Amino acid sequence: MSLQRRRKLLPWLFIGPGLLWLLIFFLYPLLNQASVSLMSGNPEQGYDLTWTFSNYWDAISEYKEQFGRSILYAGISTVLCLIIGFPLAYFAAFHAGRWKNLILLLIILPFFMSYVLRTVAWQLILSDDGTVVSVFRTLGLLSDDGRLLASSTAVIAGITYNFLPFMALPLYVALEKIDPRLLEAATDLYASRATAFRKVTVPLALPGIFAGSLLTFIPACGDFINAALLGTPQQYMIGNVIQSKFLNILDYPQAAALSFTLMLFILVGIFLYARLLGARNLTQAAV
Amino acid sequence: MTIEAPPAAGRAVEEEIAAPPGRGGSSRDRLRHGALAVWSALALLYLFIPIFIVVLFSFNDNQGRFNFTWQGFTLRHWTDPFADPDLARALVNSVEIALISMAIATALGTFMAMALVRYRSRGRSAIDFFVFMPLASPEVVLGASLLAMFLTLNINTGFVTIVIAHVMFTVSYVVVTVKARLEGMDRHIEEAAMDLGASEWTAFRKVTLPMIFPGVAAAAMLSAAISFDDYVITAFNAGQTQTFPLFIFGATRQGVPAEVNVLATMLLVVVLILMGLNVMVQRRLARRDRAAQPA
Repeated sequence: MSLQRRRKLLPWLFIGPGLLWLLIFFLYPLLNQASVSLMSGNPEQGYDLTWTFSNYWDAISEYKEQFGRSILYAGISTVLCLIIGFPLAYFAAFHAGRWKNLILLLIILPFFMSYVLRTVAWQLILSDDGTVVSVFRTLGLLSDDGRLLASSTAVIAGITYNFLPFMALPLYVALEKIDPRLLEAATDLYASRATAFRKVTVPLALPGIFAGSLLTFIPACGDFINAALLGTPQQYMIGNVIQSKFLNILDYPQAAALSFTLMLFILVGIFLYARLLGARNLTQAAV
Repeated sequence: MTIEAPPAAGRAVEEEIAAPPGRGGSSRDRLRHGALAVWSALALLYLFIPIFIVVLFSFNDNQGRFNFTWQGFTLRHWTDPFADPDLARALVNSVEIALISMAIATALGTFMAMALVRYRSRGRSAIDFFVFMPLASPEVVLGASLLAMFLTLNINTGFVTIVIAHVMFTVSYVVVTVKARLEGMDRHIEEAAMDLGASEWTAFRKVTLPMIFPGVAAAAMLSAAISFDDYVITAFNAGQTQTFPLFIFGATRQGVPAEVNVLATMLLVVVLILMGLNVMVQRRLARRDRAAQPA
């Protein structure tokens, strides 16, 4: 084989095995799932491809509540993560001094303990005879028989907790890159602190906000652990439905239809979000 | 970095000119700084409390199956954390799965990253996007679609299918991490090695690999950690096989045994010790480098 041809082949030799793995175990299953979602039949006799597009209509109309709840919970959690995480990342990037590494370690500390177990710990923290509930009752934030566990609040608090590091870390990376001299220049030119923040810091942090929001919103949308452990069926999200359809009820076509719809929704969402933030980026640069 | 400005009482305008607002160490600045610090401390507390609870309740002298209220201090759960054979089996499975999928995903992902950074062939951005896709998909979709395929092909789910699933979704993390390292690397060093007569393979082994090693190591650890902790994708593809997260989730109904807290605490301590050692080694290496090059 000539050197020329070997050079052309080499990158494909490198990419090949990994690409093949993803084609077989990621892309093919997605396409296969699309075909399963159009099947009909029952768990006993099996399912056949009958191009039953009504699966989608049935699944969505039956579970529109859970769909809506997933988007709502994930959306609220993403905004909360941003509100909690931005000042934290800002502090770590600009003001922490020698505490910086410790703060970063504390942000990633939750990764070193099982996700499920930490969510179980929230069960305990928010339980009816726990400290949080009794403090809330004393303060009048909660009625005397009010509960925190098994409520939307608990599920949203759990999701926010679990995905906060995924928001804080990209924010930190983006903020850390900002040259403090840019902010000094802005204030030297008589921008107020608020204006400098709005016109310099936020635009430069946008990539971090974008990455953090996606890393929070996407997994939050499909999450079912928080709803299962901290909520009741009244708080179930679309992930709970997909999981139980697949593993307990064995209604594969509907489960596949729901899962495929979720995937499409998220892809469209990412696209729109990128367009929105991208457009804002451009206008900011032009000013 | 902040220059202390004298308290500006009546000479606000002059003060503005003398020290623009960004540089001042005014009381408003201190207030804002303080508020930011308090907010950050509360956020870190929010992240820390559940971890503290898990560790604390590994010492709880609980009666009965549930480990939900504090009933006194004991070390009895620490004496034999592997007493439950199902729990021990689940933990061993998780470790095995994490190590095997780490090895496969790191190998596949590292080579992919190198080809993607080095060879600007056509279709590269398409492959970039394709590799990014699993990261942008909810886990429930990845798990469910993979299970649907195994069901269609009549493949029994179990240990092997868990490994397949874990490699599939960790390989993208490896590619992203190694790529980041490669993009910051000077290609000329490699070219210099080849100019000096090293073959492509030797240059790779002696120059490229040592340089990207920190990135590869980080990617390997990341993929092992993600694999070890995964619940969602595993739940779909596990069949009868138990892993550590599956065991915990399954135990929530009858009460999670305190031994789980013990094992989780042990893992946390081991990771923290390893990280501490890593920091120490890095510092020592940095000092040695500085000593070697007094310039």
